[in-house]
Amino acid sequence: MAAVVSAAPLRRHRPIGRRLVHGLLIGVALGFLLLFLLLPLAAVFVEALRKGLGTYVAAIVHPEALAAIELTLLVAVIAVPLNTVFGVAAAWAMTHFDFRGKALLGALIDLPFSVSPVVSGLIYVLLFGAQGWFGPWLQAHDIKLIFAVPGLVLATIFVTLPFVARELIPLMQAQGSDEEEAARVLGASGWQIFFRVTLPNIRWALLYGVLLCNARAMGEFGAVSVVSGHIRGLTNTLPLHVEILYNDYNYAGAFAVASLLALLALVTLCLKTFLEWRYGSELAARAPRGH
Amino acid sequence: MTIAITHLSRRFAEFRALDDVSLSIAPGEFVALLGPSGSGKTTLLRILAGLDFPDSGELTQDGRDLLRVSARDRGVGLVFQHYALFRHMTVFENVAFGLRVRPRARRPSKAEIADRVDRLIKRVQLDGLAQRYPAQLSGGQRQRVALARALAIEPGLLLLDEPFGALDAQVRISLRRWLRHLHEELHLTTVFVTHDQEEALELADRVVVMNRGRIEQVGTPEEIYQQPATPFVFEFIGKSNKLPVRIQNGRLVAGDQRLDADGLDGAADAGAIAYVRPEHLALTPTPLESGWRATVRHIYLAGSIAHVELDVPSLGQSLEAELGGEEAQRRALQPGAAVTVQPRHLTVFPIDGKTGEPDPERRRVAHPRYGQAALARWR
Amino acid sequence: MARRVLPGFGLSLGYTLAYLGLIVFLPLAALAVKASGIGMAGLWKTISAPPVLAALRLSFGAALLSAVINAAVGLLVAWVLVRYTFPGRRLVDALVDLPFALPTAVAGIALTALYAPNGWIGSWLAPFGIKVAFTSLGVLVAMIFVGFPFVVRTLQPVLEALDRDVEEAATSLGASRLQTFVRVLFPLLLPALLTGFALALARAVGEYGSVIFIAGNIPMKSEILPLVIVKQLEQFKYADAAAVGVVMLVLSFLLLLAISLLQRWSRRWAER
Repeated sequence: MAAVVSAAPLRRHRPIGRRLVHGLLIGVALGFLLLFLLLPLAAVFVEALRKGLGTYVAAIVHPEALAAIELTLLVAVIAVPLNTVFGVAAAWAMTHFDFRGKALLGALIDLPFSVSPVVSGLIYVLLFGAQGWFGPWLQAHDIKLIFAVPGLVLATIFVTLPFVARELIPLMQAQGSDEEEAARVLGASGWQIFFRVTLPNIRWALLYGVLLCNARAMGEFGAVSVVSGHIRGLTNTLPLHVEILYNDYNYAGAFAVASLLALLALVTLCLKTFLEWRYGSELAARAPRGH
Repeated sequence: MTIAITHLSRRFAEFRALDDVSLSIAPGEFVALLGPSGSGKTTLLRILAGLDFPDSGELTQDGRDLLRVSARDRGVGLVFQHYALFRHMTVFENVAFGLRVRPRARRPSKAEIADRVDRLIKRVQLDGLAQRYPAQLSGGQRQRVALARALAIEPGLLLLDEPFGALDAQVRISLRRWLRHLHEELHLTTVFVTHDQEEALELADRVVVMNRGRIEQVGTPEEIYQQPATPFVFEFIGKSNKLPVRIQNGRLVAGDQRLDADGLDGAADAGAIAYVRPEHLALTPTPLESGWRATVRHIYLAGSIAHVELDVPSLGQSLEAELGGEEAQRRALQPGAAVTVQPRHLTVFPIDGKTGEPDPERRRVAHPRYGQAALARWR
Repeated sequence: MARRVLPGFGLSLGYTLAYLGLIVFLPLAALAVKASGIGMAGLWKTISAPPVLAALRLSFGAALLSAVINAAVGLLVAWVLVRYTFPGRRLVDALVDLPFALPTAVAGIALTALYAPNGWIGSWLAPFGIKVAFTSLGVLVAMIFVGFPFVVRTLQPVLEALDRDVEEAATSLGASRLQTFVRVLFPLLLPALLTGFALALARAVGEYGSVIFIAGNIPMKSEILPLVIVKQLEQFKYADAAAVGVVMLVLSFLLLLAISLLQRWSRRWAER
């Protein structure tokens, strides 16, 4: 509010025409945001509660829904830590050392962002599916990756691979290696440097990256849809369960489950906004690289 | 604990950061590495710290090969240019870091660490600031934290990278004096990098002037200023006039003057570059038999010294002279006044026939003789 | 460089390369090998089948159009968020990321509910004979939704860093507000705008979850390329699916290349 008040004296001197233009621009922008962003979000909750709270709760505590929640959490619990470790390792290598092909490596880390989710799923089917490279061997050893949980995890890892690295690399680049070198000269070991100097400097950016990685891991649809095989109660994550309910014309159920995911999105947005507001300077310049 | 640097070279792609550098540093010495940016001084410092490695050459400490010792084990105190303080740690934690990360066997007890850190914080005059974070300190205070942190590990060698570079003029001067006193107390072998000649000349026992990856000259501050060994040192340190001359039959030919001079015995005839400091130019308001005719273009008084800018038509260039302010007044030097200019002595670098560059190896200091008999007009 | 000062080079780079190799490189190689198995002729035959061609046209056409719309609206929204103060600005700013955070399947069914003939928006449009859900227009709406944040988020930092002096200089030289914007500001914003455009385009081309619910997926009419791949997979036509996947990937590569070229180009002005 303070900003508005302080801007007022200036604004008074502006011609009426310009103030009209400002108002119009703000109106159009807000109108678009309302229509295109807020309304769909509202629709999720309204549709979810259309048939009453009883139906809503019933849809969520349904065994298949609970199984989907459990599987979604399981996938995230495996994929997110793996990509976090990867992101930290990649950022360490990319920002503290010079080596040939660094630019190429950076492009490769970004690659999953520009691959369609469906193709992300497809590549694992081609690798591990019945007709895939390792298909016969896997079958001979009675290991099922595709149309099973490991496939879901792999596809999710692929899709969410860049998130943590993309958050850390620009930050660590901006921070330079001075503090790490200072620690080295003072006699610190590699792990001491990482845990005592680097990690405290990147913790909020790391959390930010993990947050975005997790949101995508739990919400991914296209890639997991291709590798899941849609086995109810076994290989259905929450987004896939939404699709199944929706295709069964169980709209209230679909939207009830969807509202859980929408809540996850809202919580993610709130935490993300909080991190940006509270620790903005420790997150470095963030360029949007996709989700 | 003598440190010997022998034939060090370091390249970054096409850029020669260090080119066959040799130097030895005696125990307790206070050495300045002085040079413009890109001269290789920081690279040399980083190699000493173990943060960079040469492509060739040796680095030993009392015969021990230092290049085989990692930065971690070298026991060198390094103060970074921008201090590189750990920003999430307090002053106390920063200073204690080097002791706390020691392997358990060599790590002092908690109480001992606290005691040592407290003493260091007092020594660098930061009492009462131990619980502050780097962001809450001034530039000068941060610099002293960095120094205390480096001293905490009881280094055998202290390295400082542009220690006063990021400070404003006032703080710089007081910190300089303080650092000099600290060195006198501790007698710790210290090497610091600077591009500021005043800093180097004031602080160091010995100055190493570097340019384009090579050492141009090593000497005491006085030697560096009074007897520059190369054209670069002449141009980089202090003020100097540069003029094209010729050596001909043991005489110095410059403009319309052919000067008999001591110090040119046996010098082969050649083109040469001569340097003369402004305070080594004598100005006389009356026309003399020898010396260049010149006109005062501009004169200004800075404190007790008068700076005089002269037009010298026969040289086709201007010269800068300095003399005492009183003397300038006595000689009634004013813009437009005609004067005779006589260099008291010049440093002459004959130009190498092959490279076309002035050759420091054949450097001569010429003392012109202005006796009547020795004067001669060239024309 | 013979020796490295900080530890962990071998470990971190080795882990990074091994991880990337297993997760990204190996599967993509499988895709390339599978697709090459059917040869150039086979590839062409698969791609030129009318439903595939129609899907290709729809995916790229709608994605291009959605990116154009997002570039225009994104520029407006970024401008309003950076330059004007109004109550609730922070909230609106946070809301811009919603399409990033909302799972695509949820966005898909929500948009369908809104734009279906009996939905909140659909019922308003129906009297005018405008059908959005279950047509190619629905595909466009979903693509606009998922690609929206890119342009705003690439433009915002550039707009914030923009020197007000430049505008004031233009004004003092007698330029009108519009002239100042078109001649002074727009050229400075263009690189970031193009980057955001390319990112939104890449995202829209590959989008699956939010589109398939609203599109109705009528072959030749509202069927997108990723869905073609899914259908081929369901019929166990793995080679065909791989072929279409490779075509998409190659086009994605070209977009990535364009983005990096654009970013290099945009740095001409960024680094003064």
